[in-house]
Amino acid sequence: MRPAPPTAHAFSAALLDASLPPPAGLQAWNGSDPALRFAVYRNNVVHSLVAVLADTFPVVQQLVGGEFFGAMAQLYVVHHPPTSPLMHRYGAGLPAWIADFEPATALPYLSDVARLEWARLCAFHAADAEPIALPAIAALIQAPERLTRAALVLHPSLAVVRSAHPIVSLWAAHQLGDAERDARLPAVAMDRAEAALVFRDAADDALVIELPDADAALAAAIATGAPLGAAQAAHPQADLVRVLSLLLQHGLVAGLAEPSCAPETAA
Amino acid sequence: MSASPPSLLAGVGLKMAHVSALLARGAGTFLGGAGFVEVHAENHMVEGGPMLRQLERVREQGPLSIHGVGLSIGGEGPLDADHLDRLDRLLRRFEPRWFSEHLAWSSHGGRWFNDLLPLPYDPATLNRVCDHIDQVQERLRRPLLLENPSTYLGYAGSTMDEAGFLAAIVRRTGCGLLLDVNNAYVSGVNHGRDPWALIDTLIGAVPAGTVGEIHLAGFAEDRDAAGDRLLIDHHGAAVDAAVWSLYERTIARLGPVPTLIERDNHLPAFAVLEAEAQRALDLQRAASGRRTGCPVPA
Repeated sequence: MRPAPPTAHAFSAALLDASLPPPAGLQAWNGSDPALRFAVYRNNVVHSLVAVLADTFPVVQQLVGGEFFGAMAQLYVVHHPPTSPLMHRYGAGLPAWIADFEPATALPYLSDVARLEWARLCAFHAADAEPIALPAIAALIQAPERLTRAALVLHPSLAVVRSAHPIVSLWAAHQLGDAERDARLPAVAMDRAEAALVFRDAADDALVIELPDADAALAAAIATGAPLGAAQAAHPQADLVRVLSLLLQHGLVAGLAEPSCAPETAA
Repeated sequence: MSASPPSLLAGVGLKMAHVSALLARGAGTFLGGAGFVEVHAENHMVEGGPMLRQLERVREQGPLSIHGVGLSIGGEGPLDADHLDRLDRLLRRFEPRWFSEHLAWSSHGGRWFNDLLPLPYDPATLNRVCDHIDQVQERLRRPLLLENPSTYLGYAGSTMDEAGFLAAIVRRTGCGLLLDVNNAYVSGVNHGRDPWALIDTLIGAVPAGTVGEIHLAGFAEDRDAAGDRLLIDHHGAAVDAAVWSLYERTIARLGPVPTLIERDNHLPAFAVLEAEAQRALDLQRAASGRRTGCPVPA
């Protein structure tokens, strides 16, 4: 009787765990050890997924160097393989995982830089939305009581990333050529907290725009659908006019949601 | 009266880095109007943004082929219904001329391995693969072209050869074939078999017209534990001379078949891939002339 082929369970366990031998039931035509041939699949899986992460997190890779990144990403891959065939969705969990990754604790900003890069990838593939017509906004601005109660529908690509570290300066330095980057990096104030709006612009670039942390917190509240008055009240340090200007300037207001009547009472 | 479509077609697997080079040419001028483009389905399963907008423009250039890598048709478990829904939306939006997937598995137990893994060729696997292809063709309401794999290992439990397995799938499901000549060569060498025997047997065992598309690509070369050649299908090099000659034999037997140059790694300039596609077009023209005895107009 021919041996039963290995189950997909046994095959896939050995793909991700290099300490396991290849499953039984595999063979090479010339009778040679199938382990070396199985290693081709193992390498394809791990290296292709590490390459996906390297594409998504290029600045993280530059900050730690290719060798460290490769080892770190490989650990992530084998412990958190993708659950979907859509590779642009792989790596969502990497920023949080980096925060707990012991060997990277010397770089406390690394996890937040990864969050920034993940937000850029999401912005790139997010749904399209037309900016709201200017007359609608102009009418709202001329009626302060309406403005206070209105909530905004922001562009689906928009994300707010806030950090206790200078993530925007670090990210921006790595968009430069090597010489310029090396000149810029020593000037980055490492104790500076930074925040950014990340979104896709009309030219399909995923932009990173720095703004004060209080403004970023306000933008995040607006993004969750809070009425503008309530959002401002919750973030008194923020400048609502500056945030609205920024959102309008980049075409990030896609709609208005105004309550149809006076403030709701409990039903 | 509209012009009849060109009977010969060759194309390039389109990468993001080459989109602007292609679009700069103007509609219908790629490979003198005989060019087509193939994209990976999963790269365009996004909510919005440039991947979809660019594909709208690319499909105005000529025929489009959508090549899936995400269905895991050979998987032990059921097909991913969400993924089928996504494919359905993409195919209905872009209405490609061809849709293809692989004889392989890529996921198990909710984990995705991002590689095309090998299957045992036995009756149980045949039943499962045919069930899955029936479901795919029913859900997507169009024929699937199934691609023969590159494999590095055999299963001791296999009871059928690859040509017999593929031919049985075609007979039972009515699907077509995407004949990857590079994969046939790679698998032939990796399993100590004559690569032509797979192609020759397969073509002989399926109805005329089953092969809807041909793939050509480059491989990397390694050695196995016995020191024998082990070829890796890495899509990172020019098409090998041995694969070109296997391709010539294939189209001498089949006649012209739309032929695609695949390149996913170490991307050269678009013009380099276009020149390989032009060679495939020239070889089809020559083969077609020999078959009919008449020169085929350029």
